[in-house]
Amino acid sequence: MSVGMRLPHESAHLHVAGAAPYIDDLPELAGTLHAALGLSPIAHGRIVGLDLELVRAMPGVVAVLSASDIPGPNDCGPVLHDDPILADGVVQYAGQPVFAVIAETRDQARRAAARAGDAIRTEPLPPILTPEEAHAAQSYVLPPMHLARGDAAAAIAAAPHRLQGTWSVGGQEQFYLEGQISYAIPRENGGMFVHCSTQHPSEMQHLVANCLGLKSHRVQVECRRMGGGFGGKESQSALFACVAAVAAAKLNRPVKLRLDRDDDFLVTGRRHCFRYAYEIGYDGDGRVLGAELTMVSRAGFSADLSGPVMTRAICHFDNAYFLPNVAVHGYSGKTNTQSNTAFRGFGGPQGAIAIENIIDTIARALGKDALDVRRLNFYGAGDTTPYGQPVDDNVIQALVAELETTSRYRARRAEIAAFNATSEVLKRGLALTPVKFGISFNLVHLNQAGALVHVYGDGSVLVNHGGTEMGQGLNTKVAQVVAHALGVPVADVRVTATDTQKIANTSATAASTGSDLNGQAADDAARQIRARLVAFASERYAVEPAQVRFEAGRVDIGLVKTMTFRELVVEAYMARVQLWSDGFYATPGLSWDKDTMQGRPFFYFAYGAAVSEVVVDTLTGEWKLLAAHVLHDAGRSLNPAIDIGQVEGAFIQGMGWLTMEELVWHPNDGSARAGFLHTHAPSTYKIPTANDCPPVFDVRLWKDGLPDGDNRADTIHRSKAAGEPPLLLPFSVFFAIRDAVSAAGGHRIDPPLAAPATSEAILRAVTAVRA
Amino acid sequence: MIDAPTMPSRPIRFFHRGGVVEVDGAAPTRTVLDWLREDARCTGTKEGCNEGDCGACAVVIAELPGSAHATSPELVGGLRLTTTNACIQFLPALDGKALFTVEDLRQGDALHPVQQAMVDCDGSQCGFCTPGFVMSLWATYQHHAARGTRPTRQQLADELSGNLCRCTGYRPILDAGERMFEAPMVALDTAPARAALAAMRSDETFRYTAGDAAFVAPKTLAAFAAERLARPEARIVAGTTDVGLWVNKMFRPLPAMLFIGGVDELRRVERRGGVLSIGAAASLEDAWRALVARWPALTDVWLRFAGVPLRHAGTMGGNVANGSPIGDSAPVLMGLDAAVLLRRGEAVRRLPLARFYTGYMTNRLEAGEFVEAIEVPLDSDAVVRAYKISKRFDCDISAVCAGLAIALDGGVVRVVRLAFGGMAATVARAAGAEAALLGQPWNEAALAAAQAALAADFTPLDDMRASAGYRLQVAQNLLRRFWLETRAERPLASAEVSVFETLRSSAP
Repeated sequence: MSVGMRLPHESAHLHVAGAAPYIDDLPELAGTLHAALGLSPIAHGRIVGLDLELVRAMPGVVAVLSASDIPGPNDCGPVLHDDPILADGVVQYAGQPVFAVIAETRDQARRAAARAGDAIRTEPLPPILTPEEAHAAQSYVLPPMHLARGDAAAAIAAAPHRLQGTWSVGGQEQFYLEGQISYAIPRENGGMFVHCSTQHPSEMQHLVANCLGLKSHRVQVECRRMGGGFGGKESQSALFACVAAVAAAKLNRPVKLRLDRDDDFLVTGRRHCFRYAYEIGYDGDGRVLGAELTMVSRAGFSADLSGPVMTRAICHFDNAYFLPNVAVHGYSGKTNTQSNTAFRGFGGPQGAIAIENIIDTIARALGKDALDVRRLNFYGAGDTTPYGQPVDDNVIQALVAELETTSRYRARRAEIAAFNATSEVLKRGLALTPVKFGISFNLVHLNQAGALVHVYGDGSVLVNHGGTEMGQGLNTKVAQVVAHALGVPVADVRVTATDTQKIANTSATAASTGSDLNGQAADDAARQIRARLVAFASERYAVEPAQVRFEAGRVDIGLVKTMTFRELVVEAYMARVQLWSDGFYATPGLSWDKDTMQGRPFFYFAYGAAVSEVVVDTLTGEWKLLAAHVLHDAGRSLNPAIDIGQVEGAFIQGMGWLTMEELVWHPNDGSARAGFLHTHAPSTYKIPTANDCPPVFDVRLWKDGLPDGDNRADTIHRSKAAGEPPLLLPFSVFFAIRDAVSAAGGHRIDPPLAAPATSEAILRAVTAVRA
Repeated sequence: MIDAPTMPSRPIRFFHRGGVVEVDGAAPTRTVLDWLREDARCTGTKEGCNEGDCGACAVVIAELPGSAHATSPELVGGLRLTTTNACIQFLPALDGKALFTVEDLRQGDALHPVQQAMVDCDGSQCGFCTPGFVMSLWATYQHHAARGTRPTRQQLADELSGNLCRCTGYRPILDAGERMFEAPMVALDTAPARAALAAMRSDETFRYTAGDAAFVAPKTLAAFAAERLARPEARIVAGTTDVGLWVNKMFRPLPAMLFIGGVDELRRVERRGGVLSIGAAASLEDAWRALVARWPALTDVWLRFAGVPLRHAGTMGGNVANGSPIGDSAPVLMGLDAAVLLRRGEAVRRLPLARFYTGYMTNRLEAGEFVEAIEVPLDSDAVVRAYKISKRFDCDISAVCAGLAIALDGGVVRVVRLAFGGMAATVARAAGAEAALLGQPWNEAALAAAQAALAADFTPLDDMRASAGYRLQVAQNLLRRFWLETRAERPLASAEVSVFETLRSSAP
């Protein structure tokens, strides 16, 4: 049994030795050149001239390329075709690549590219920077989206209590530790090979082929591992792959483009910030009767994945709650900023936190414990989401009840009240928040995967699949699945680099579906090989197929014979049995109508809940997470060590999003700096560190290994996806801070606290509740 | 100007991977990281940010201890081992030292206990930050192994303040830090490096040139003062924790560097008469450790000052001379009534730090003059507190940093120093607020007057770290915190006013 085991990451022993190669670590081919990008200094303007000669005159420069050097279409957009590789005619955000310098060394390329401010002559146009400005100007990258059930307006009007407000959450930089990188190597007959740090090799292949004017079969993209992705390398690895490939094709030399961290911040997009306006009707117990919500995101200058992000946000406004009458409107604001993109959760967190904030506010208005109001609104048996999917695997009530007990929620609530009654400066806060997260791509056709399994004559097994390894342990899980299917030790299974020449037409490793899809496809391939071995053995040794059993590298053939897996493989090879197979998987039962926003977009839901306790300094707004207790539903976990790692990592990452991670663009003050991202490096953009990990961090998987903990959907070994859902768990941190701020004002006033809850925002809220 | 082409030059020599490496022809600003990755093809050390903020490039530097480090807690087998960020260290600064990287840890295929613990505790996910964490943990392991101690979990978190991980949430890495001591101890054989460093040791000024650029590293105070006088345009560097960014991010030319880090006399932190003398080249870590030994209330600012590798590389003298309004040394030192000792050739003068700055990043240093030492009076009876406020606890630049001192006489304020960073173009004392308190009883009315005066004392910065309004409100509130901690009736303990102290005093 290799599935369900706590195995370390397949590369862990290499990671710790610095022996796991990332793209920049690969030996460079002779003649390799290095690229750097010349970036727009302003947020919006017409390009009236490019003085590239002054760039070409810089030491070591071999070539300077601009839009006109791209042989095919100047486009790297994943959905719409509004993403130029290099700006042409107009610049649409500060940091947009306008030209590419190719030089002998990376340092020379960067120094030459830094002349962009002198080389790019522009005529400024007025920029739109914020979602509010975009909404006011009706500037959107996509048509608005609407989802409705029942009559929200009537329900609100008839409700005993009403609530109206506006709110916001900030964006978030992925901050993958390995920055964007592509290394393009010309191949015979005009072909191109690209090492790309990407979550989506197939899309990179197609976009590189497109910009080079080649057919896809002439372009090969490979990714062994990424130093983190988090969504940031789903679509936005494309610009760098395309630039490297265009330069390599033009110069017929290998070209590497590795971004400096600051350029990575300035060029690429990130999690969308959201603005909300809502009107709610509720009853005296806190039951939501009607809800109308308008969401406006900051999409940036192009569509990128903003449409699917908004769809997921709309489909997660309900979170774990039954909303009988609801109307949700989503606008993807077009702004002169980096094009925002995927980031773990993909709009889900932005949708779900809106209802959590509303329920938190309702509870305070009614003087009730927020947990009681949450519980009152939980989905029950037979309920359906606003988009028409039955919530038929709901475990939220039981899960929350267990966490309420194990975390001593009620007792701690009383202890905290006692502490706050006597503490002059410091106030504590507590919150429990639930998670329900839909698993599958909303776009049905993306829910497919392929795999290739080879069994070699020595019994070793090689696996290739369409998913990418970004640290989440996908390759480890897939190896476990294949080892399980073939009854061999996991050590005998090796998963290789993702390669568009091995598996075609893959989907991005995204939407938490990596192991769901690729695990199934690899399992399908392995089972086909096993079936052939079973057929061969049962025939040769004249036993029933059911009597051929594979276990721990051994094959029991009835009572007749026991041999090693390798021995059987050798016999099968000599008998000309095919020992390799492809595998395929398409998630069953999905449907989605994007016009009505109705259907069954998700194969199943993942659930979880967290309790967080914080302490807040009412003099400075500084705060600290003292304890977090988490119960998360990973179904029957394929690898509890990896899933716990996903939950913990997502928790701290989500906590960073909601608290210390703040993006600051220069405001629209008419200056040339307007729209410049000031927080473009870790010196100014602060992600959590070891001291932000709470001293009590109790993370458990819900009923892992128990029959009623299994995924009801027929997933790979009844597991559940664990990548994104836990990112919503640290909502509890934010609402615990809100609770502590509320305590500072004697719980009289709803704290006007939006995310990110920086120390400054917290102090402002403390001041407000004490006014 | 240093006349680079005609200056004598010898190759940079340092110990790496079992032998002495000689480097010639590389620009003096070539970073240790670029040399490792591009020239030595040791790609285990990663570049995450190229500005010293993420720790993916953390390596360990070893040196023979000079007089400044005879009893350093970083001594391991006769060498002083400290972590540093390879991305902002210039190669010539390695001269005469040993460089340990992640490639040095495995013995054949056998992982070092630090590495094995990281594997066993699931301490890596994407693995990109991992070599940096491994090196920070390895340094911690060596320091504790040499002393026969083990770090607490809180100390481990503090040791990792300069390393960012985006995947794990840190719990498994902290577990690994505890687990690494459970395996049989693997001692570091320092003999080869020690022998090599001893053979390279020299009191001769090290001169290195490449192209038009020069790096000069005197070894004695007298030699340094003479070089400074002869070459007033040269940029004095030590840990290049700021200058490294000028090169990596701004591409500023640095034709002449005068390295102060090789002057053992200037790396000392010692009591001299009634003062603590902090040599200009003393590391931030050494300086803060000495200050905290005298004033434990400074612990919080020490731990929050940059990250561990930056505190080993950077100097308090550099932090003070650099004169950033958001540097955290100056407000604390001004609160302590420190002076700077300035030397020009043989001439030495002493200036109160509060009078050192003349404007944004400008000071009273004259051509050829340099900060020799910082002198902190030790005999003060003032009660001292230092507070730092920033978005994140670890390794963040202050919104406000305050160094506050007060002495009472019969309940009346006899001495008061209120110094703030982040509140003006320079770190400065709050003259109006101090005046509002001096001679007054230390009570809530006087506090209110001082808080009000702060608004006139300062025009705070307004940027992405904090708004001007927040900075002023926090500065005023920090005065209140100070009063709450020092008032005569029911003074509050630090754990009652600081969320971090709460944690440190209550954590298991």
